[in-house]
Amino acid sequence: MSGYMSGVLAVLLINMVIAYSVFLPAAAGLLNLGAAGFVLIGGYTAGGLTSRAGWPLVPAILVAGLFAGVVAFVLAFPILRTRGVYMVLATFAFAEVVGGIYLNIPSLGGATGLSVSTYAGLPVIIPTTVCVVAFVAWLLSTRLGLAMRAAHDDENVSLLFGVNLRMVQVAAFTAGGALGGIGGALLVHQFNFIDVQTTGVLFSIYVLLYVLIGGTQTAWGPFAGALFFTVVPEILRTMSKLDPSMKFLEAGRFIVFGIAVVLIMVVRPEGLITRTLIEKVQGSLRRLAARETAA
Amino acid sequence: MQSAQQLINGLMLGGILAFVAVAFTLTIGMLNFLNFTIPALFMLAAMVTWALSASGEHIFALGLPWYAAAAIGIAVAMVASLIIERFTYRYLKAHYGDATEHALPLVSSLGFLIIFEHAVITLWGSDPQRLELPFRDMDLHFAGLIVGIPHLFSLGLAITLVWVLSWLLKRSSIGRALRAIAENPDAATLMGVEVARIVPVVFLVTGMLSALAGILYGFSYSTVTPYIGDAVATDAITGMVLGGLGNVWGAIVGGLLVGLIKVFAISQFGAEIEKIPVWGLLLLILIIRPTGIFGKSRLGRGKF
Repeated sequence: MSGYMSGVLAVLLINMVIAYSVFLPAAAGLLNLGAAGFVLIGGYTAGGLTSRAGWPLVPAILVAGLFAGVVAFVLAFPILRTRGVYMVLATFAFAEVVGGIYLNIPSLGGATGLSVSTYAGLPVIIPTTVCVVAFVAWLLSTRLGLAMRAAHDDENVSLLFGVNLRMVQVAAFTAGGALGGIGGALLVHQFNFIDVQTTGVLFSIYVLLYVLIGGTQTAWGPFAGALFFTVVPEILRTMSKLDPSMKFLEAGRFIVFGIAVVLIMVVRPEGLITRTLIEKVQGSLRRLAARETAA
Repeated sequence: MQSAQQLINGLMLGGILAFVAVAFTLTIGMLNFLNFTIPALFMLAAMVTWALSASGEHIFALGLPWYAAAAIGIAVAMVASLIIERFTYRYLKAHYGDATEHALPLVSSLGFLIIFEHAVITLWGSDPQRLELPFRDMDLHFAGLIVGIPHLFSLGLAITLVWVLSWLLKRSSIGRALRAIAENPDAATLMGVEVARIVPVVFLVTGMLSALAGILYGFSYSTVTPYIGDAVATDAITGMVLGGLGNVWGAIVGGLLVGLIKVFAISQFGAEIEKIPVWGLLLLILIIRPTGIFGKSRLGRGKF
C-alpha cells in the first residue's frame, strides 16, 4: 500500500472511531455537538502519557479512553438537564471550554501544541477500529441497545414502558465520551502532534454530520457517513489533480460536500442507512438465495 | 481611564454581537430553529462588500463606492437566506410534517454554512483582506477616550431596528401572524395564516440583520476573511442564551454583556484565556438557568 493510501485509510478509520463516539448518544436521542472536547481530552491525555511519562502506546490509548469516559460520565448529569437546542449548545460550549483549558496548560504545550514521538500506524489503528465497531454493534444488540432505540424514538413512551431513561442516556453519553477519547488518542499519535486548532469549530460539526448523514438507526450509519465524507473529498481532490479542467474541484470539493449534505437531508432525512434499507437488502438477499435453491 | 476605554471597547464589540444575537433569537423564537447559516450570511455580506468596493485582480473587482457595495452585499445575503429557507425549513416541513421535530433543519443549515464558506474561499481565497472606508479615521475623541463611528452607528442601528421589529411584531398583521406561528404553526394554519408565505419574512429579516452586522464588523475592524463569521456567531449565541431564547431585547443585553466580558477578560488575563469565560458562562447558564437572565421563555425546549 502506498503512503498516500495508508494515510487516507488511517484518517478514515480515526474519523470512524470519532463518528461512533457521537453516534452512541445520538442513537439514544441526544445530539452531541461536542465531539472535539472528548477528542482533545483523549489526545492530550494519551499524548501526555507517552511523551511526558514515557508510557507505551496501547495502555496510553486505554487510559485516554477511560479518562474521557469518566469526564463524560460526570458531565452527563448536568448536560442531561438540558434538551434539544439547549443540549446542542451546551455540548458545543463544553468542547470550547476544554479547548480553552488545554490552551492554558503550559506543561502540555499550551498554544504551541503538543508534539509526541510515538507513532501509531495502521497496525494499531485497524485493530482498535475493529474493536470499537464490534463494541458498538454488540452494545446495540443488548437490552441497553434496545432501550437506547426506544429513547431515540420517543422518550415519553419509553418511560411509560419502564425504561430507566436517565440510566440509558448517561450510559450512552459515557460510552460515547470514552470512544471520543480513544479516537483522540489515535489522532495525536497518527499525526505526532495535537493542538487546540486540530479540532476547530468545524470539527464537531463535521463529525455530527457524518453521523446524521449516515443515519442514527443502525450501527452501519456512522460507518457509511465517515466513509462517504472521507473518500468522496479525496476522490474529488485526485480528480482535480489528474485533469486541469477539473482544477476548480481543488477548493470547491467542500462545496460539493455541503450540497450533498443538503440534498441527502431532502431525499433521505433519516440518513443514508436506515433500518428499512437494511431489511430490504436482507429481504432481497433471502429471495435471491431462495431462488437459487429452487433452481 | 484604561478601564473606561475597555468599557467602551466592550460595548462597541457588544453592539455588533447584539445584532447577530437578535438574528439568532428571531429564528429560534419564531420557528424553533437554530440557524447555523447566520455566520455564513454575516461573512458573505462582508466579503461581497469588500470584493465589489476594492479594486484589484480578484473576481468582481468593480471598484464600486462603499454604500453601493454594502447595499449589494445585503441584497446577496437576503437572497441567500431565502434559498436557505427553501431547502431547510420549508421543503422539509412540507414533506415531513413538523420539521422542527427532527434535527433536519439544523443539519441542512450546517450544510449551507459549509457551502457558502467554501464558495467564498473558491472565489476570493482565504487571505484576510483590507476593507477601506473613506471615514475610517473619523473616530470620536473626547476626554482621551476613542469611540469608533462604525461601532457607535452599529449599536444605535441595532437598538433602532429591534425597536422597530418589536413594534411590528406587536402591531402589524404580519407580526400577529408571526406570533401565531411561533405559538403553534398548525393552529396558525387552521386560523388562515399562510405559513408558507409568512415564514420567508423571518429569513429575510435574519439575512438583513446578519448582513448589516457583517458589513459593520468589516468597517469597524477594517479586515474581512472568510472565517470572520464563526467566532462572532459563537459569541453571539452566548449572548442569545444569556438574554433568553426568543427574547429580542434580551439578545441585545446579552450581546453587550458578552462583548464586555470578552474585552475585560482579554485585558485582565491575556488573549489565551479568552475562550474560557465566554464558553464557561454559556455552559453554566445552560445548566443552571436555561431560560436566560430575563426568565421564562418556553420556546426552543424539547425540540431540535
